Amino acid sequence: MAQLRKVILPQLPKTPSGISGLDEITQGGLPKGRPTLICGEAGSGKTLFSIEFIVRGALNYNEPGVFVAFEEKADELATNVASLGFDLKKLIDTKKLRVDYIHIERAEIEETGEYNLEGLFIRLDYAIKSIGAKRIVLDTIENLFSGLSNKAILRAELRRLFQWLKDKGVTAIITGEKGDGHLTREGLEEYVSDCVILLDHRVNNQISTRRLRIIKYRGSFHGTNEYPFLIDEEGISVLPVTSLKLNNKVSSKRVSTGITKLDEMLGGKGFFKGSSILVSGTGGIGKTSIAAYFAHASCSRNDRCIYFAFEESPEQIMRNMKSIGLDLKHYVEEGLLKFHASRPTTFGLEMHLLAIYKLIRQFKPKSIILDPITNLVTVGTVSEIKSILIRLIDFLQKEQITVLFTALTLNSSINEQTDEGVSSLVDAWLMVRDIELNGERNRGIYIMKSRGMNHSKQVREFIITDKGVDILNVINGPEGILVGSAREAFQLKMKNEKILFKK
Amino acid sequence: MKDDVPYYEMQLFITGATPNSVRAVANMKKICETYFPGNYKLEIIDIYQQPFLAKDEQLIALPMLIKSSPLPLKRLIGDMSDTNKVLKGLDYDL
Repeated sequence: MAQLRKVILPQLPKTPSGISGLDEITQGGLPKGRPTLICGEAGSGKTLFSIEFIVRGALNYNEPGVFVAFEEKADELATNVASLGFDLKKLIDTKKLRVDYIHIERAEIEETGEYNLEGLFIRLDYAIKSIGAKRIVLDTIENLFSGLSNKAILRAELRRLFQWLKDKGVTAIITGEKGDGHLTREGLEEYVSDCVILLDHRVNNQISTRRLRIIKYRGSFHGTNEYPFLIDEEGISVLPVTSLKLNNKVSSKRVSTGITKLDEMLGGKGFFKGSSILVSGTGGIGKTSIAAYFAHASCSRNDRCIYFAFEESPEQIMRNMKSIGLDLKHYVEEGLLKFHASRPTTFGLEMHLLAIYKLIRQFKPKSIILDPITNLVTVGTVSEIKSILIRLIDFLQKEQITVLFTALTLNSSINEQTDEGVSSLVDAWLMVRDIELNGERNRGIYIMKSRGMNHSKQVREFIITDKGVDILNVINGPEGILVGSAREAFQLKMKNEKILFKK
Repeated sequence: MKDDVPYYEMQLFITGATPNSVRAVANMKKICETYFPGNYKLEIIDIYQQPFLAKDEQLIALPMLIKSSPLPLKRLIGDMSDTNKVLKGLDYDL
């Protein structure tokens, strides 16, 4: 029988960029010892991207780097990146980094015949040798074109330069500004053919999102999507790729909802660990209270929890929950509960997702709450929100984090199709709704679905008092389920009858 | 020699014995001897021997001629084969 043998060929060697998320997308980093082109419009983050590549290389991988600036002077550059916590001066002093500023003023120069860029080669060679550099950035080499007029010479020299860099074995980043119909103004992509990354900064509905796409990566697999990225006080983070396969591990452990009666409705034990739960209902119905109970329960088990609030401030939530006898403040002080409040319009949806990811990675919670997801509609369409939530749920499932979403349904349209279409994604769905009867408004709670467990199918009365949230057992009267004052009247009647009957 | 003829001080940066460099040196010597004989100082510097100068002098394109006197300072690049452009660059009035 023929034996199938899998030949393992050597993979293209890669240099980790150290930029969080990028190395996952590129499966290891940038091509080692080869030039990579980073292109994008002005202000898309090219310089920052490349400086982070150099700094992370020097700090995390012990690879000294040379930063050749054609635009900014060394001290300007140092000031600009100081806000990211990169101390260039210290790196320069310890010979981990060298910044070279190259400047050509066209007005100063008369061209009198044949020339080449040997001076640039000598400078680069000298800079590389002086610190034993393994990485180099040329930012933005196209500026040479504005300083020198003989394009034929420049093109030939750039071709020579990139080959020379390859021979030197340094991993290089070349940045280029986006041009008309080309990736770069001078068509650098023709010369740098190993890896091309495009940075983009787009504004949709007045909300800007930075995105990154790997256009080309010769000899390697890579993610082909557009990935949003964030620039914050820690530098660049690219949204990690979530595997969108349905093969996550599941847990059969259960976690309490914090409301005993609700646990009873859910087969007596509560939600599955690592599952996703949707609580939907009209305004003022107690969704946030249910969420807060869940957070409280999580903390009382000594499990960390993050509360993402898109509507109310943390102080407001804590004050309001105190009024129903729930003290969240001491858990915040103990460091078990973390509030993260942000207006949905602060940034785009992808950014919200990224912010959530980052916080989860830092805080490592066992459960999170998003309250309410319906507010995100202001920054994206329903289908966008759905795609974001799919990715979020997928990520949380992998990390075995239980998530509780709340969603607002409008009074006018209490159909089961709202809730941003997430109802089909979640594992459990609780509905809280108004029951208007006899001139009073009462709350009813029921479980629309709860995958993998036998759950109560009844509508139960849900009450909020200053002692907290409670769910009452169903009282069946002669005309069906009784709620509110009708229930109380019926209960009283029954009690009286009991007494009378005994006598 | 007239008194108002300026004294030329120039530095020519070259890269070893590459064709451009050899031509630039020959062309420059010829120009100097033709237009301001005996009234100039031409220093020829091989960058291969002193690579650190490349950074100090902002050298990129080579060969490069820097005229430091008379002022203003001028930079000329190329093999100096275009005599008219060289003279223009040196502010020499024909």
